[in-house]
Amino acid sequence: MIKAEWFYWLVGAVFLLMAAQMLTDRSNPRRHGTAAFWGLLGLCFCYGTWVADKSAPAEPLGAAVLLMVCLAGFGFTGRGTPRATTPEQRAASARRLGNRLFVPALTIPAVALLCAVGVKKLSVGGGPVLQKGSETILGLGIGAVVALVVAMVMLRERRLSTPVHAGRSMLESMGWVMLLPQLLATLGTIFAVSGVGEQVRRITTAVLPDNSRYLAVAVYCLGMFLFTVIMGNGFAAFPVMTAAVGWPVLVVQEHGSAPAVLAIGMLAGFCGTLVTPMAANFNAVPAALLELKDQYGPIKAQLPTAVALLGCNAVIMALFAF
Amino acid sequence: MTVLLGVLVVVVGFATRRNPLLVVGAAGIVTGLLGGLSPQRVLAVFGEGFANSRSVTIFVITLPVIGLLERYGLQEQARRLISRFGALTTGRFLALYLLLRQLAAALGLNSVFGHAQTVRPLAAPMAEGAAERRHGPLPEKMREKVRSFAASADNIGLFFGEDVFLAVGSILLITGFVNTTYHTHLEPLDLALWAVPTALCALAIHGWRLLRLDRTLEHTLAGKPAGKSGRKSAQSSEGAVK
Repeated sequence: MIKAEWFYWLVGAVFLLMAAQMLTDRSNPRRHGTAAFWGLLGLCFCYGTWVADKSAPAEPLGAAVLLMVCLAGFGFTGRGTPRATTPEQRAASARRLGNRLFVPALTIPAVALLCAVGVKKLSVGGGPVLQKGSETILGLGIGAVVALVVAMVMLRERRLSTPVHAGRSMLESMGWVMLLPQLLATLGTIFAVSGVGEQVRRITTAVLPDNSRYLAVAVYCLGMFLFTVIMGNGFAAFPVMTAAVGWPVLVVQEHGSAPAVLAIGMLAGFCGTLVTPMAANFNAVPAALLELKDQYGPIKAQLPTAVALLGCNAVIMALFAF
Repeated sequence: MTVLLGVLVVVVGFATRRNPLLVVGAAGIVTGLLGGLSPQRVLAVFGEGFANSRSVTIFVITLPVIGLLERYGLQEQARRLISRFGALTTGRFLALYLLLRQLAAALGLNSVFGHAQTVRPLAAPMAEGAAERRHGPLPEKMREKVRSFAASADNIGLFFGEDVFLAVGSILLITGFVNTTYHTHLEPLDLALWAVPTALCALAIHGWRLLRLDRTLEHTLAGKPAGKSGRKSAQSSEGAVK
């Protein structure tokens, strides 16, 4: 049986490989801090296996996470100058290879879907081939590995260091923003453990009259939207609002369909991401990339759509989730 | 009630433009301590939270192969493919971009498009070029508007396309959180199916607004710098309004 944890070790190994390259990259003025950040992330990915199954203490991992936060937060990380091909080389290569270039890129989703739908049902020696419940993420991993092999054979690329280098420069250009979704998910867990969802639930149940299904739908969608605006990310808002309204009121009390309520609730949160300056990677970064004078330009362009879609989500949930 | 102070930390931190990692880290510590956890327990929750949310970051596994393909001209080929449709207006081009972005995200190809990879080098210049072909050089305000809409097409296509794919971070977050907190078993496929209605609404609403951008450009710029063709379109659009 292929286990999900094996895949996390592979991701951890990729981080460690990239960190090793970063350490020797003299074009990066902060190569030590950068290598420490990504190397630590790689180690955390592997150590996380034993934290997840509770056979190792979680405190060292928590300390490592806070160390990564400090490394990136106080500016000890940077980026090097990637060794890229020239635009002329890429244009010539694109003319030569044509649409074949899309084949490895499309291999990833094709394999992921195949694993999620087909391989899931296969079994070897009485047990399933893929760990139960993790078929889709394993599909993504297997798809990426297969696509890499296909691409390297197709492009006659022999050295593994070339794709690792290419991936690393993308990683460096994204920088610490990469860790933010996971940290926000962690913040969501802390909010749940500390009872923030419980507090929000008390406030909402005090305000919310009994058996008002549609009002609860509106509160859940609007709450996801507002919390996402405050937290800059739907991932952190989701555990709070789901513990407050989504699960206890809409799923348990009103017998809503759990997948419908939760999926649409998350999408209501995404409407908030469209209008918050705190979602730096989606709103501030593109404004900088596009050299806009008005850094709220993308938000202004998105605002009417976000409000309309928030309404759509509430209506879809009210009509189809019960 | 004091645990809600953690929310305040986030608001103040972002309002004063601190590094988001520091803000989120601090908010976590403050909330945990106010919620009655011991410092050691706070550390442990950080560790457990990280270990259980690793699935959010696994898309990194696709970076090497995408990076390799880009070295061999993946972006250039995408540009060549799109440039064959030369007769597109700004609005139609961006609506098409929205559709492609959404379809790619629904297939899990999130990193094929993006602000750095496609919007800056590709979508924004093409959208501007299409506007300039019809109206001549754009005034600063309109140029910013066109670029902002290019960024918006990317975001909206991504947000309301990716959840249709099974192995995306937010879907895995939902199943991860609900399955561990409420001891149930949700299938990613069920969640992905419920993302489809909103995806269609997003395509219709934002697609319509992008197509309307052509009319805004026409109304604002008609008759100004582009000379004869500008006047002509001003007259025809007046006729269309009546």
